[in-house]
Formats: sequence, C-alpha cells, structure tokens
Amino acid sequence: MLITQLKSKDTIEALAKGKVFIINCHGCKEVYFPEPEADELQKELKAKADVTEITTRDYICNPENLRLQLKKFEEKIKEADTILVFSCGVGVQTVAAYLDDKRVYACCDTCPLPGFQGVTPLEFDCGQCGECYLNYTGGICPITACSKSLVNGQCGGSKNGKCEVDKDMDCGWERIYRKLEKLGKLDTLKYPTQVRDYSKPFKEEK
Amino acid sequence: MKLTELFQRGEFVVTAEVGPPKGFHIEHLLHEVETYLKGRIHAINVTDNQSSVMRLGSLAMCKALKDIGVDAIFQITCRDRNRIALQSDILSAALFGIENLLCLTGDHTTLGDNPQAKPVFDLDSVSLLQMVGKLESGEDMAGNPLDGEAPSFCKGAVVSPCSDSVDVQLAKMEAKVKAGAQYFQTQAVYEPEKFIKFMEKAKQFGVPVQLGIVIPKNVGMVRYMNDNVAGIHVPPEMIEELKADKEKTKAGITGVEISARIIRECKDYCQGVHIMALGWESKIPDILKLAGL
Ligand code: SF4
Ligand code: SF4
Repeated sequence: MLITQLKSKDTIEALAKGKVFIINCHGCKEVYFPEPEADELQKELKAKADVTEITTRDYICNPENLRLQLKKFEEKIKEADTILVFSCGVGVQTVAAYLDDKRVYACCDTCPLPGFQGVTPLEFDCGQCGECYLNYTGGICPITACSKSLVNGQCGGSKNGKCEVDKDMDCGWERIYRKLEKLGKLDTLKYPTQVRDYSKPFKEEK
Repeated sequence: MKLTELFQRGEFVVTAEVGPPKGFHIEHLLHEVETYLKGRIHAINVTDNQSSVMRLGSLAMCKALKDIGVDAIFQITCRDRNRIALQSDILSAALFGIENLLCLTGDHTTLGDNPQAKPVFDLDSVSLLQMVGKLESGEDMAGNPLDGEAPSFCKGAVVSPCSDSVDVQLAKMEAKVKAGAQYFQTQAVYEPEKFIKFMEKAKQFGVPVQLGIVIPKNVGMVRYMNDNVAGIHVPPEMIEELKADKEKTKAGITGVEISARIIRECKDYCQGVHIMALGWESKIPDILKLAGL
C-alpha cells in the first residue's frame, strides 16, 4: 500500500512555470490519494499560474492506457511548458517517459503505508523480502515489526516491551517471543542463524 | 592477548571501555589510559560510534591503544556497514594485530546525532559472529576463499541480565553461543540478585561472562538510565544512597563504593568484570582496590 502526500505549496508553485498542464491519477486502491487537498491546491494554483487543463485520470502507470487517455489533450500538451503530475512515483515516471520531451514534475511524495495491495490500510505490513520468515516467527513479520528488521532475535534495546526507536511501538521480537511462548513453540527460535539474501526478491527461481 | 586465553587460565578478567572523541586528537584519551588503566586491567573496549553518535573510528583507536602496549577489544556494530564493509574491517583488524572483538547489532541510527542516516543492519550480532567464524575458516560469507593465512580472533558478545524480558535475552544469548560467541559482557548491573539468578540459567552455555558496571555518577544520571536505557534498572535504595551525601556523591566516592560492592557480591558467580566509566576512568583504580581485585 502506498500513500501520496502533496509536496508543499511553495514547491509546487515554483514548479508551475509557463503554460501548465495538470494530471491527477485516482486510479488504483493501492495508492491513497489526498483528493480534497489536491483539489484546493490546484484551485489556488489556477488563480496564480497559467493552468491550461486539469484532468483526472486512472491507471496512468499503464503506458498504453496513458496514451489513450491523453489523446484528446494532444494540442494542450504540445503547447504546455510544464506537466504537473499528482500521482504515485510510478505514475510520474510513466508520464515522464511517455512525454519524453516535456518537463514533467512530481507534485507528491510517495511513502509506503502498512497493509496490502489494494486492500485497506492495516497494521500488518509485508516488506516483500522474498524469503518469508512468518513460519518461524509466530505469524509476526520480523522485517516490518522490528525497527531493525532483525531475523535472529531481539536486540538489546527493548525496554518494558517497547522498541528503542519509539516508546509507543511494541518491540517486534518481544511480540514474536510471547506469541511463540503462547503456542508452546519457543523451540522454533532455535533455527540456524539466518542471513538475509537481498538479491532474492530480484532473482529468478531456478 | 586473546581474552579466551585469560579465561582458560582461570583469571578474573577485568576490562574497561573508552569512547573515541568526536575529532581526531586522542592525546588526552591516551594519557588517561596510561595514567589510570594500563597495567591494572587486561584490555580496553573501544566503542563503535556509541549510541549512534558519530566519532573517531573504533578500529583506528584500537590500533592506537595497541601501539602504546594496551590490548584492545574492537567493538563492531552492524548499524553502519553492510557485510562487505564488515568483513573488510575485520580483516583490517587482523592486519593491525587486534585479537579481540565484541560483536553487536548496534543502536538504531535515529537515536544518535545524525538521525537522518540510513540504518544498515544487513547483518545482526548473531550473523556477525557467524561471519567472523567463517573468515576464521578461510572463507568469506559467500564462500569465496581468502588469500593466505586465515585470521583468528576471540569473539565476544553482550547480554542484558537485568532486562525486563530476560527470557528473550537468554534465547538470544543461546543463539550467539551457537554462532560462536566465546565470552559475554553484560549491560550494567545494579541488582546483584537478578544477576545471580541470570547466571544460574546462563551457566548452561559454558561461556565466560563479565559483569557489566556503569559507575553511577549522580541521581540525574541514574534516573535518566531508568527511564531510557534498556536493560538497566537502578533500585530506589541506591538512588537514596546517591542522594544522602551530596558532596560525597559529587566527589565520586558513592559511585565507587556502589560499584565495588556490586562487584564483590557478584564476583563468585561470573568470570570477570567490565567497567564502563563514561569519562570517570580515574575512578577505576579505586573501584578495583575496594572490590579486592
Ligand atoms: S517475512 Fe515479512 S517481509 Fe518477508 S515475506 Fe514474510 S511477511 Fe513479507
Ligand atoms: S527493540 Fe525490538 S523492535 Fe526495536 S529494534 Fe530491537 S528487537 Fe527490533
């Protein structure tokens, strides 16, 4: 799950040079998009800059879909000096590649949000590590529930069950240990020393 | 000399700890070491950007200590380096003749003075210990052969005996022993009963343990530790003791007395002591004398 946050008004206003063409993407459920805030900001921008079009599309990350959706704006895009894109980072990259000779700017910062593909935001998160540890760790993800993504047990920083990074966050390894204790499965912690393989999510299975 | 040799000889191993400065002038530090520590202790830990505060490197400081004839313990954390840099630095330590390591996960970057830094944690304390073992067998982590003689170290680790989740810590200690830890230094102990109870369980691993001491300097410091430092609990009676005679506490006498008393009470249950003076290196000789070491 991703969340897009608007860049500051100052930043966006500074980007809006010359004739400005704006693309919003409200496409997928994977991305949370700040609709009312973007709306308001674009209204203000219209008063200050030469905005020739504001269009709201979906799935601009799909190049073929993007081409079809922008077809009817061909003229306006041609004469635009700046294309402002309000979408996730993938959407902006797709537009920038498609409108190769245009100044395409991102107006949002894209951050990860716990939860999973197209569903509601959740407290559970998966870092897509490519070698799922959940079966060793009582169904609690050590990659995302531990601030250091440790895979061989608790660090020395846990105090009163909380993580050293944030006193409001439960220590992931405390949770893992307690869960396994409850299941009578503490023995699973005696697995051989684990070393993450960072090449794995990008490797093809043989 | 390797600490393991001392433990094998049955010595009660005494170590201290220095934190390199935030700069490259080490004259003052070396002077303190020469004056208060050299000849009185077996070796000195050099911290690795302790508490994630950027400082002079641990390895360079270890070499400087070695050059004045003091055995150093190279503390190495996984916070700032990936496995390539860690393996490389361990080979560098071998080149400099540093024989003792203390392998740590490291504090999170956000706790330090450069909180914007990328936290690495490619390895952790356990996989770091295992990796050193691999280098000692003549191969790197990926199984590529090393050129020439393989390095050899005495590999240490840490444990928190007074942690509020001591069972979780014991599980980790076991993992570290399996991964090759040959001695342990503990987080600061202020409750000897808890430490003794911990040692009864830790005994089964058959690995020497050094009691950790942080000299209590004043009430503010111990309150801070109680609220913020993991694995440390200073009991109320001790806080009262520090409050009782302000002048005595300020002169460091109370801190020295408390430290020596904890050592005396725990001595028979462990194989050494590790004193973290945090700038009060000058008090270490008094502590050792009072503790009968
Ligand atoms: S261990 Fe965590 S990050 Fe890895 S696949 Fe499983 S849930 Fe995802
Ligand atoms: S305190 Fe717990 S959650 Fe935080 S980094 Fe350490 S092991 Fe991970």
